[in-house]
Amino acid sequence: MATSRFEASQIKNKIKREEVVRKAKKAKNQQKLQRRLEQAKLEANDPSLKKKRLAENVPRTLDNTRDFDPSILTADPSISQTQDELDADLANDPFASYFTSVDDPSIPPKILITTSPKSSKATYDFCDELVGVFPGAEFIRRKKGKGFEMGRIAGWAADRGYKHLCVINEDMKKPNAVTLVYLPNGPSAYFKLTSIELTKQIFGHARATAHYPELVLNGFVTRLGHAVGRMFQTTFPQLPEFQGRQVVTFHNQRDFIFFRRHRYAFRSTEKVALQEIGPRFTLKLRWLKKGIPAVYRFGEDPRPLVFDDQLNDEGKDDSNTTEPLSEHEKPTKTIPPKQDEFVWAWKPDLETTRKTFFL
Amino acid sequence: MRPSARKKVDSIPISAQQNAYFVSTGVLYLYVKTIERAHSPAHMWERIKLSNSYAKALEQIDGELIHWPNFTIHKCKQRVTKITQYLIKMRRLKLRQQPKLIGVKKKLDRREAVRERKALSAAHLERLIEKELIERLKSKAYGDAPLNVNETVWQAVLDRERNGGDNVDAEAELDMLDDETDEELEEEMEDEWGDREFVSDISGDEDDDLSDLEDAIDEDSEESGSDEESGAEDDDELLEKSSLGKRKAPPKKTPKLRPEKKTKKGPRVEVEYENETESIPLSKSALANW
Repeated sequence: MATSRFEASQIKNKIKREEVVRKAKKAKNQQKLQRRLEQAKLEANDPSLKKKRLAENVPRTLDNTRDFDPSILTADPSISQTQDELDADLANDPFASYFTSVDDPSIPPKILITTSPKSSKATYDFCDELVGVFPGAEFIRRKKGKGFEMGRIAGWAADRGYKHLCVINEDMKKPNAVTLVYLPNGPSAYFKLTSIELTKQIFGHARATAHYPELVLNGFVTRLGHAVGRMFQTTFPQLPEFQGRQVVTFHNQRDFIFFRRHRYAFRSTEKVALQEIGPRFTLKLRWLKKGIPAVYRFGEDPRPLVFDDQLNDEGKDDSNTTEPLSEHEKPTKTIPPKQDEFVWAWKPDLETTRKTFFL
Repeated sequence: MRPSARKKVDSIPISAQQNAYFVSTGVLYLYVKTIERAHSPAHMWERIKLSNSYAKALEQIDGELIHWPNFTIHKCKQRVTKITQYLIKMRRLKLRQQPKLIGVKKKLDRREAVRERKALSAAHLERLIEKELIERLKSKAYGDAPLNVNETVWQAVLDRERNGGDNVDAEAELDMLDDETDEELEEEMEDEWGDREFVSDISGDEDDDLSDLEDAIDEDSEESGSDEESGAEDDDELLEKSSLGKRKAPPKKTPKLRPEKKTKKGPRVEVEYENETESIPLSKSALANW
């Protein structure tokens, strides 16, 4: 009554004021409840009404109001690219060889997992978990001493048939970043690593089996996102072993890539039971480089002087030069580049709005 | 009266008291002060460039400070030694790739932690994974004889596809039944993952499965409800037997069909699935078909 005539805030008596406000609030809630009950009744009789309401009232979220900016490799995939273009992109990207290779698809790609120099226990524990996640993974301790730069290790691993190099970086005695290098020619990606929960920290976790898991890659839409998603895809064997009923998920939501691993069981045609296996962690892309990590060779000897006429001579004697190459035992020695070539790097300025996402 | 070996880097004094200087070019100088030039401070110091070679530099010091006390000469030589050593170290460090140090940006970390939390809650991860898996199941991504699906469920999927959604009530029924058995199943899953064996067994006896499917389809086409029920009951039995091995086996409808199987203990679930066809009481229609 009183509320209709004047504002409750105008009442000077505190007790009265509170009472009026309380009553008004209660009336409002009741009204809302009645409205909802009526709506529910209507919709129970006519399910199409509910469908219509849900279709109309879509909440605006950061995800569905996202900005796509073609200048920073985040063109809207739905508009700009046709399917042919996309296919061509995928056929020519550095990971295409994984999908077209004639190798036995049941052999998992070899992955070398190592740490940054002088790591501590938390990092080693995390590495152990990762070895359990990737079927072809192998952990090797980071060697001490000079000359074990990441680029050199990558070259070494590429020569020995590894498909990926995964370096866990440590800061303040905790793993804080992951560098994932696709061998032998890159690209290499650097991710911030947060929210790590190891298997045994997850309540009611399942036990992993050695079966190759299925993959779920969610929400990688832009070109950059595709590159990252395919990079993760290549860390697993192409042919999962379904009897293991394990599924590994890389879900990209607002540039955070959530890693999860579950065991599932189909209960009915509409229902799946999930049990988490672990570990959990979150990645965020910081940069993507074209090749394997560079090694700056400052102390290198200068190139020997070569005169023009000599160059010409060598050009003529091409047939001679090919022979020693074939005799050479290791013709393919991967040498890391001297300069990094960034495909994309995160900067604080890039995030001008909260609706800008890159993956 | 004070000689000293000095070095310069951009003429930044390391320590003002000693008047010591660092040199970016790595050139060593010997500075000698004599009392004779004290009247002109600008020229008070005599600067002598030392050789790059360490041995020659020592000789030079000996030659220049010929009448100086041995103590001073020694001190100068010591200084030259030390400076030479750290020049060498500087050069060596420059040649090597050093780790890059990056500042900790607390504010950024905090902001990203909050955004990550919100993104996680917006992701509805489990829901999405479930949806994706169901989609894969229905789109037959797992092949025609999937190893990761319960037989009844797979049957339901096939039925659904065949009937194009007529089967909704049957599915609902199945769903409910499954709900009842859920807890038991989960217990079983947590105890031991015996289901691996059970799956491989199915793959081994594919012909059995096929006959299963045929049976079930036959029945389903004529009386939709009954086989579901019997199948579900059977399921329950299986579960009880597999998960609660310590209990006495409940009285069964067809115990004599599989006496040798009953002796087995533990999580070997395969037994039940082999015999499922036999355990289903043959209905009239099925008999007629045979």
